[in-house]
Amino acid sequence: MSIAIIDYGSGNLHSAQKAFERSAREAGLDTPVLLTSDPEAVLHAERIVLPGVGAFADCRAGLDAVPGMVDALEEAVRRRGRPFLGICVGMQLMASRGLEYVTTAGLGWIPGDVTLLQPSDPTLKIPHMGWNTLDVRREHALLAGIPTGPEGWHAYFVHSYHLAAADPSLVVAETEYGGWVTAMVARDNMAGAQFHPEKSQKLGLALIANFLRWRP
Amino acid sequence: MLKVRVIPCLDVKDGRVVKGVNFVGLRDAGDPVESAIAYDAAGADELCFLDITASHERRGTLIDVVTRTAEACFVPLTVGGGVRTVEDIRALLLAGADKVSINTAAVTDRNFVRRAAEKFGVQCIVVAIDAKRVSGPDEDPRWDIFTHGGRTATGIDAIAFAEEVCELGAGEILLTSMDRDGVKTGYDVALTRAVADAVPVPVIASGGVGNLDHLVEGVREGHASAVLAASIFHFGEYTVRQAKERLAAAGLPVRMD
Repeated sequence: MSIAIIDYGSGNLHSAQKAFERSAREAGLDTPVLLTSDPEAVLHAERIVLPGVGAFADCRAGLDAVPGMVDALEEAVRRRGRPFLGICVGMQLMASRGLEYVTTAGLGWIPGDVTLLQPSDPTLKIPHMGWNTLDVRREHALLAGIPTGPEGWHAYFVHSYHLAAADPSLVVAETEYGGWVTAMVARDNMAGAQFHPEKSQKLGLALIANFLRWRP
Repeated sequence: MLKVRVIPCLDVKDGRVVKGVNFVGLRDAGDPVESAIAYDAAGADELCFLDITASHERRGTLIDVVTRTAEACFVPLTVGGGVRTVEDIRALLLAGADKVSINTAAVTDRNFVRRAAEKFGVQCIVVAIDAKRVSGPDEDPRWDIFTHGGRTATGIDAIAFAEEVCELGAGEILLTSMDRDGVKTGYDVALTRAVADAVPVPVIASGGVGNLDHLVEGVREGHASAVLAASIFHFGEYTVRQAKERLAAAGLPVRMD
């Protein structure tokens, strides 16, 4: 069994792989971490990670360009219930639709649209880029042992859009940036982080370790 | 709340740090990877490598440095210097850079910024602007951009250029004052503010930091989202922690974890 990080041409994944390997090592787990574009490997993985950088439509097109990958994800994640983590645009792809430049269908796992950030303070910069704290809306295993709230640890964000979930009970954490921005969503065996755990230093490594131990 | 970022910058030539990093306990002060690991542990919010390798043939050493850094540091890494083609960007991103900074090539070919952003996303395209004040002491301030490491004048207005590259797809501006670079008298706050107020994306202030109050000025007066410094950190004058404590004491939000 292994952790499959899906490689569909969206950015560099070596640092993500290294972060997962380091978290696994520190957690005393010897699960191999694969970068893969093979749907068979995804079907047989113990846990699945979907990263993503760039525009929503490009990422969706990249995922669709790998024959059988979306079907493999539906099978492994939705039907077999394998633990799943979407990161950044990988998390946004869990939504019903993305509205970045053009309207694009998502995987539809978390009902809602991916919409442009519109901070109430017009001097705030877009992208929302840098370190921000998490305000927890619902307890979740991925955040176990991680200090949250205004005095808690920080996560690294870089994004201009966020997942506006239709069902607020699927939002695990938000971050404040001229209003509330969706930082984490979860439903059953699926979780998504708008921030980059692989770039979020100790918060990120702790969250990844929690994901590796998660038994939803 | 979003925090002010403190970014140490390392000049790298032929795979070595140019002005060695003077840290206690560093095995090899000239190794950029060792230095990056030390800064990561010290609380740097991001890391920046500026490659000043003259010959194109030796740039492979930079790729190796980026690869090894990305394997060991779990904070964002920006790499710049000599980035001229989409292939240059791809190679750096594949090696593990999170953002790539474009300088001269953004001036000589504006569409390069657009192509890069369309290909890789605005989040990883930083445009580095080297600006120098060209107005006289009694005139309204004006700054022009310079290329090739600040040696070549262009006659292009820095603020107009910053606005233009943001429209083309720059996700961030790394703004260096050529007047202040290496002088240690503080950022050109008027320049920083003029650009930061003109563009919708974050601006990193650079050039001139001699003490920690300069960092505070860059944010409070200059409206920068992030502050970059080199020598004050490399020579052990101040730690990243001390920089953040000073920012915090001035009421600015910083990450201390």
